[in-house]
Amino acid sequence: MSEPAKISFAQGINLALDEAMAADPSVFLLGEDIADEQGGGVFKATLGLSKKYGVERVRATPISEQAIVGAAVGAAITGMRPVAEIMFMNFLTVCMDQIVNHAAKLRFMSGGLTSVPLTIRCGTGAGVGFGGQHSDMLEAWFAHVPGMKVVTASNPADAKGLLLSAIEDDDPTLFIENVAMYAAQGPAPEPGYKVPLGQAKLLREGGDVTVITYGRPVGEVMAVAEALGAEGVGVQVIDLRTIAPFDEATVLNAVAKTNRAVVVHEAVKAFGVGAEVSSRIHEELFGQLKAPIRRVGSKYSPVPFSPPLEQAFLYSRDEIAAAIRSTLN
Amino acid sequence: MGASQPATGADVDVEILLEIFRRTTLIHRTDEKFRSLLTAGTLRLVYYPVRGQEVASAATMTALRPDDYLVTTYRGVHDQLAKGIPPKLLWAEFTGKAAGACKGKGGPMHITHPESGVMVTTGIVGSGLPIAVGLALSSKLKGDGRVTVVCFGDGSTNIGAFHEAMNMASIWKLPVIFVCQNNRYGEHTPLAQSTSVARITDRAAAYSMTAVQVDGTDAEATYRAAEAAVARARAGEGPTLIEAMTYRMLGHVFGSNFSYMPKALLEEAVREDGVPKLRRRLLDRQVAEARIAEIEAAADAVIAEAVEHALSSPYPDPSEIRRDVLAQEIAA
Repeated sequence: MSEPAKISFAQGINLALDEAMAADPSVFLLGEDIADEQGGGVFKATLGLSKKYGVERVRATPISEQAIVGAAVGAAITGMRPVAEIMFMNFLTVCMDQIVNHAAKLRFMSGGLTSVPLTIRCGTGAGVGFGGQHSDMLEAWFAHVPGMKVVTASNPADAKGLLLSAIEDDDPTLFIENVAMYAAQGPAPEPGYKVPLGQAKLLREGGDVTVITYGRPVGEVMAVAEALGAEGVGVQVIDLRTIAPFDEATVLNAVAKTNRAVVVHEAVKAFGVGAEVSSRIHEELFGQLKAPIRRVGSKYSPVPFSPPLEQAFLYSRDEIAAAIRSTLN
Repeated sequence: MGASQPATGADVDVEILLEIFRRTTLIHRTDEKFRSLLTAGTLRLVYYPVRGQEVASAATMTALRPDDYLVTTYRGVHDQLAKGIPPKLLWAEFTGKAAGACKGKGGPMHITHPESGVMVTTGIVGSGLPIAVGLALSSKLKGDGRVTVVCFGDGSTNIGAFHEAMNMASIWKLPVIFVCQNNRYGEHTPLAQSTSVARITDRAAAYSMTAVQVDGTDAEATYRAAEAAVARARAGEGPTLIEAMTYRMLGHVFGSNFSYMPKALLEEAVREDGVPKLRRRLLDRQVAEARIAEIEAAADAVIAEAVEHALSSPYPDPSEIRRDVLAQEIAA
């Protein structure tokens, strides 16, 4: 028996882009350094694609985030399906106008006459020493804007399947990639593999506590769940995969079984997605909850550079385990 | 197109001039009607008048094909009408009615009507330029031969999006025409106080871009400039910056105080007013007064019908709040 094929996160992204471009001539890519001449993207996610599809469709741009997203919006309202790479999530702050005022709203403001089938990919994440301006997890900002979809994957196969769905989706989607995970390996998906947007996945069943998470912490939550399982604590784990629109039904059904819940994300805890998830559960299941819902996130600080500080900033497995235990008391 | 006029010098074919006049009249009288209904209290909305900029827009859009793209701004009623949006849809949208171009969801600052090429109207200064680059990029990738025009004010040339869009359009040689309608004021601040160059066209050199400044109250000069830019764009020769010199004859928002504008400038604006100038030019070109009056009466009739339709139309149903947010309707 041979080992099942494995791919990295970056390869998962690459597979999705490749499949989408092969299937649909209206799909094109634009972003800084994404063509092969420039190295196929700083994280190599677009490696080989300009050789295969040409530099017209895999279009390296100047360092001009407003123009990148603005041009993608303009192309999208004519029926193209642009995939814009914004190298780091923090750089979205210099093109927020195009995302929030235009991409997210043109469908509504035009009464449905135009739509913006745009995907914006961006990398981010703490733990790799980029410091304060290249590491933030800002998903809650975008989830708060009606009209935007926000997606993030916890493994290479999902990255491929979710990105392909995002590109085929008729709404603007922000696709968040964790830079600490680009090299991480996972089972390769079958060709054509897609993960529908808006559907969370129950990764692990358990009778005591439901942990709702997404992105990089999924692996850590699963490890904690296994460890607690050995102690007889039944932890079920939900990977949201799509943050907005939020799959409320899957979350509520799961929590209705355990009556205890913890939300874990890498973003700063204060005013994060965890607050929204917790609130939705409280609104629907308050009477049957056996403990307050706990949240685990990163500390209230800009992402620090110094390694011990950066580790202190990030959520930890110990904090996840402690939060789960605290709901049992 | 009528070919009655021999091609002599700078003379634009008289049928084209009449078409520019038809659009100019529709804009001029629509703008007047908005202001009169606002003054009367019949309408309540924030209105950005276009008095003084009618001809610049009408002449530019007449050089385009119906399927060419337009991006404009919140002061955009002249551009939208000149590009061909049906007045009924425009008026119903301005009044927030379900029968509006955008079902009343966009309103005056966000008019869209792809059928006439009106792709985006933005309320954010300068933001239309990168979007226009994208429209033009789409045309280049598809090879559909369309040209994109983006209209903006002089104030827009001081925001970062202008720079990014001009640079990108230039390096990619995109079929886009940047039309700066220089009305000499950015909100309440005069050009000289806010802008490092005396002429917006001076900025084009930084982008290796062809640029031309024209008198935007002169229909023929503006049309010729637009025609040349369109030809360059369609031939794949890249973008052009046109600076059409106009006047903003009223305040930033209708009803707002504009005593900060010098009396001499306002007098000059009246003297140079493009609307009566174009009318006189048509008479000079031997167009019969009756034909001109017919165009004016037709505009009035279309506007009267559109206003009546807008005022008597129903508002959108509250359930519309759940539609067009995403492709899929939001659950109740």
